[in-house]
Amino acid sequence: MLTKRIIPCLDVKGGRVVKGKSFVQLRDAGDPVERADFYYKEGADELVFLDITATPEGRDTMVDVVERISDKVFMPLTVGGGLRTIVNMRRMLLAGADKVSINTEAVLNPGLIKEGAEKFGSQCIVVAIDAKRVNGGKQARWEVYTHSGQKPTGLDAVEWAKKVVELGAGEILLTSMDADGHQTGYDNELTRAVSEAVSVPVIASGGAGGPEDLYQALILGKADAVLAASIFHYGTYSINDIKRYLAERGIPVRMQGG
Amino acid sequence: MIAIIDYGAGNLRSVVNAVSRLGYEAKVVNSPEEVISARVVILPGVGAAADTMANLQKTGLDSAVKRYVAEGRPFLGVCIGMQVLFGGTEEGGWHECLGVIPGAVRKFAPGLKVPHMGWNQVKQKIAHPIFEGIPDEANFYFVHSYYVKPEDGSLVAGETEYGIPFCSVVAKDNLVATQFHPEKSGEAGLKVYDNFIRVALGARAGRR
Repeated sequence: MLTKRIIPCLDVKGGRVVKGKSFVQLRDAGDPVERADFYYKEGADELVFLDITATPEGRDTMVDVVERISDKVFMPLTVGGGLRTIVNMRRMLLAGADKVSINTEAVLNPGLIKEGAEKFGSQCIVVAIDAKRVNGGKQARWEVYTHSGQKPTGLDAVEWAKKVVELGAGEILLTSMDADGHQTGYDNELTRAVSEAVSVPVIASGGAGGPEDLYQALILGKADAVLAASIFHYGTYSINDIKRYLAERGIPVRMQGG
Repeated sequence: MIAIIDYGAGNLRSVVNAVSRLGYEAKVVNSPEEVISARVVILPGVGAAADTMANLQKTGLDSAVKRYVAEGRPFLGVCIGMQVLFGGTEEGGWHECLGVIPGAVRKFAPGLKVPHMGWNQVKQKIAHPIFEGIPDEANFYFVHSYYVKPEDGSLVAGETEYGIPFCSVVAKDNLVATQFHPEKSGEAGLKVYDNFIRVALGARAGRR
């Protein structure tokens, strides 16, 4: 049976791992290569790296980081942040990334999703969606934001998710901006709405504070994978703690050594 | 020397890294001559089967691979590198493939999330050196939307469940192919490469 993936996320700025709260207030959380190796040995199922510098210099640093990580860890790697062209994507894939994640650029230039999927295969193309709950109205809805959560787009998150899959995205990395960094649980309503609307895997992100939050994202949110940062970076929970908790509750997970 | 075929599709770095990590010398090759003269050949794969076939044909690598395999020499196909060994694939219409193994590549039934992406168990259907030191039902990393269906069920060395049970490892003499990515499957995956190369080179003991 396909297991549910537990994915630590590393935000990288200038070659260092950082973590903020609701996209601001960054704190240093270590060397990316060391962290990647640590999570590999701990039994993480996959790693996501987001380059939050996203400048040309930052991207060079990131290519180097990805190369060094892929020399060391034999697990799937997704890299995102500031990838604007097929050339940018190809560079990351050649450096050792298995998938590239695009967010702002997907909104500005949806053709990039299609072109990327045609060039590298859908399985390589992850579209990251940052969504914020829209207050008021009878039915819950969420709006897509770009530019690291700075710019509202007017796009409905569920509709946008369907659209990116049509264009060729092979996976959706869905972050609730309301929940991100607060460690009070994922927005399971959002995750479920998107997961039920698309035929590709959905990674729930934003809000993990403890094992029960990940459990709920998988059960209530119907996520295929769950992503977390803070709870792993600061050692609040180990990957194994989380997996044991989930396994005890009947969620299929890959345990260490199996 | 382990020849890793580069047909211009993508990322070979992880496969090269895995082979190097095990203490073997990996060489990325892109000509039919290099394939024919290699001792051990690995055909990795990402992307679409039709593109892969087109790339192999363009360079004459298709005939080289067919000849190499027909001679019963050690060959490992990974993911798309497994799928193209079959007669044909449903991916993007119907495309003829290398036809080294009788059978076809089919799409997963609707209703399942596709790609089949993540870690899933491989049930070992036969005793085979490729599984040495790997527990039955160990997890490996998969990412694919199509699966192989060999005509001869006895070639199914490993099976995985995703909606249906499908063939995740084929073995036929010195040919082994996996639908999962051993280079992305942690220590169990490295063990697959190690087992394959060790047997291929006829060495008595592993290097690790």
